[in-house]
Amino acid sequence: MSPDDVAGELRSGMTIGIGGWGSRRKPMALVRAILRSGLKDLEVVSYGGPDVGLLAAGGHVRRVVSGFVSLDTIALEPHFRLARQRGTVELTELDEGMLHWGLLAAAHRLPFLPIRAGLGSDVPRVNPVLRTVRSPYADGEELIAMPALRLDVALIHLNRADAAGNGQYLGPDPYFDDLFCLAAERAFVSCERIVPTAGLLESGPPQTLLVNRAMVDGVVATPGGAHFTSCVPDYGRDEPFQARYAAAAADPGEWRRFRAEYLAGGEASYQRAVRRFAESQAGVTAPTAAP
Amino acid sequence: MTTPAPDRRPSPAVDVNKVLIEEQQTYIHEGPAGESPARARAAGAAAPGRAASGESGPSLAEVCVVACAEAWRGDGAILASPMGLIPTLGARLAQLTFSPRLLLTDGEAYLLARPDPGDRPAAGGAGRVVEGWLPYRRVFTMVAAGLRHVMMGAAQIDKFGNQNISCIGDWARPRAQLLGVRGAPGNSVNHPVSYWVPRHSRRVFVERVDVVSGIGYDRAAGLGPRAARFHELRVIVTNLAVLDFQTTDRAMRLRSVHPGVTTADVIAATGFPLAVPGGVPATRLPTAQELALIRGQLDPDGLRDQELA
Repeated sequence: MSPDDVAGELRSGMTIGIGGWGSRRKPMALVRAILRSGLKDLEVVSYGGPDVGLLAAGGHVRRVVSGFVSLDTIALEPHFRLARQRGTVELTELDEGMLHWGLLAAAHRLPFLPIRAGLGSDVPRVNPVLRTVRSPYADGEELIAMPALRLDVALIHLNRADAAGNGQYLGPDPYFDDLFCLAAERAFVSCERIVPTAGLLESGPPQTLLVNRAMVDGVVATPGGAHFTSCVPDYGRDEPFQARYAAAAADPGEWRRFRAEYLAGGEASYQRAVRRFAESQAGVTAPTAAP
Repeated sequence: MTTPAPDRRPSPAVDVNKVLIEEQQTYIHEGPAGESPARARAAGAAAPGRAASGESGPSLAEVCVVACAEAWRGDGAILASPMGLIPTLGARLAQLTFSPRLLLTDGEAYLLARPDPGDRPAAGGAGRVVEGWLPYRRVFTMVAAGLRHVMMGAAQIDKFGNQNISCIGDWARPRAQLLGVRGAPGNSVNHPVSYWVPRHSRRVFVERVDVVSGIGYDRAAGLGPRAARFHELRVIVTNLAVLDFQTTDRAMRLRSVHPGVTTADVIAATGFPLAVPGGVPATRLPTAQELALIRGQLDPDGLRDQELA
């Protein structure tokens, strides 16, 4: 499959879960494919980073379900911030742990899971649909009943996968990518490299095999597909490029130029433009640490 | 690989921490940058400009590092999660001195073993010893298990310790979108929470916060004793003072003032009536050993001053 094939499987109005965390191991090539599509009114469930920002800036998102949207080293995702302040996206604001619990409930096909997080805070105020549940046991404790976050489609990016959909992360954190896949009707994995099944364990121990083919409906090889977010150990976050992105987002004219330069063409065109950017950076600034 | 590989090292601890602090500053810096006289005095009183010999008196940043470290005094083998550079230095100082069993992460997914006193941080984190694995899913488990004490930032905080990091203004269409509630609701009902406010002002210490993210003592009381049994706000460390909630009604109290700061300064920079006991003590100064650790081992490049700049 290609990134555009994955986007072709989506429909406007769907609920899409996106793996990774902040500006880390995001399926950006798949996000860029959505930017080239006419998809609208998506509900995006994410530990949000530039995935959410780009989709909001492109007008593809009706609602964001998250506990934050951040670029990690840049505290606030500029597009998401603007979208909120202009009222152009709806928000389901949850505690980070509640989001985890909602995905776990969906993955386990449960209607909800009880959780303490959220009690007493304004999360129930801004989410009037939330209910509490009382323990049926002697303690009688009242807890938030976090509803399952069921997804139509999950999109995740991993370091390696085989063609059948067995996927492997090689960095320090799996994030919640396996839960996103299990919570979804269908899941698509992009990866740095598709390898033969027999080659998977050459890259890492068995516990790096985060998703298996029962959880995955399609695999796409997208080298650099998480750029500009991190995908260690294949590459770190491209901080100069992320800074360029954030600066461009702050100014409409700059953003038009950024879009024309990086997002107007397909994925190959994006990767070429990124190489040009890296070369121009190498000329004007200190090297950003060769691998 | 076709994309640039800017840096394969794990991000430094400030990676995650910076988020909250920058967000707080983003909001604070929106308005006219008012230099408070108390702030200037506090910065001046604690001898600025550290001599290369390391024998100069403590700076304001160093007083704050030690005040943050004190938040974790008495904590055993729990995860210390500092947000911001000065709290991070504080947690690491506490681990090196009076709270040696504390667990600390690298800001990503590793738990790093307590370094030997005298170890200078090597470039790129070389020489660090990984003692455990703590991806986000396990952080959430540690939170729910109560094995953690976090020091968060606060864009706003009220008299009972309700904290806001979500947004400013009407939630439905905020004047300033900040970070979102992040983990603050869960943190505050599951384990001890402290706060770090690098710019003590009436914009932060407010009568009423716009979105309750971390919950305060009045909200916790409203949940009843069972649901609130893990709620505990320890201290708030600011650039002027240390505050806590050791009052009969659990309203915020002035615990100590930093060198050069008066009680009146703190009252003037706080947007609600503060409980002020008679004879507020001075915040304790760093010991010679603590200063040596801060300057020689924990922050040899002196980045700590920038957080108060």
